[in-house]
Amino acid sequence: MDYVPAIMRWLHLMAGVMWIGLLYYFNFVQVAALKAAAADNTAGGITKHVAPRALFYFRWAALVTWLAGAALLGGNFVAAFTLHANFAVIGIGAWLGTIMLLNVWGLIWPNQKKILGIKPATDEEKVKARRIAFLASRTNTMLSIPMLFFMAAGAHSAIYGF
Amino acid sequence: MKNPLDSLWGTVISGLVLTIVLYFVAQKLVVQVFA
Repeated sequence: MDYVPAIMRWLHLMAGVMWIGLLYYFNFVQVAALKAAAADNTAGGITKHVAPRALFYFRWAALVTWLAGAALLGGNFVAAFTLHANFAVIGIGAWLGTIMLLNVWGLIWPNQKKILGIKPATDEEKVKARRIAFLASRTNTMLSIPMLFFMAAGAHSAIYGF
Repeated sequence: MKNPLDSLWGTVISGLVLTIVLYFVAQKLVVQVFA
């Protein structure tokens, strides 16, 4: 048994579950919960105690997922990202995952720092940051649907018709 | 026009549509390679 691919695949799946699980928590639960909590002045508990912890695991799980995925591709990394030969299917999944990772570290986290008060921002900047972070998070939720399809199809191409 | 990403249903439906589009793109890529 070759331990490196086996451990990387396991790590890729575990970190991926944490990343996408927290992404779905934010989009399917926390957005609506914050709206309801703001109406009765109880949002502070979520923004102070829940969101920073969830964001911590969210962004680091995203990075670990990507790194383990890159390690899994190994020598086929370039072939996958250039959609070459029989790596086109996993390559599309890898591209979607990469765009999602860039969204996490380039848009969601920098703007969440302003929203949560980790980085100083004016009220106007916070309103703008909230909209950018929301749309980036929703974009990732949308991209996660084909991303998971192509990740599964890359490993089980026959049953997906490729 | 409203942004579909403002609603959860719009987000999920957009994701499903994108999956179908990319499925056909991937099929073309795979067929091109093996044709």
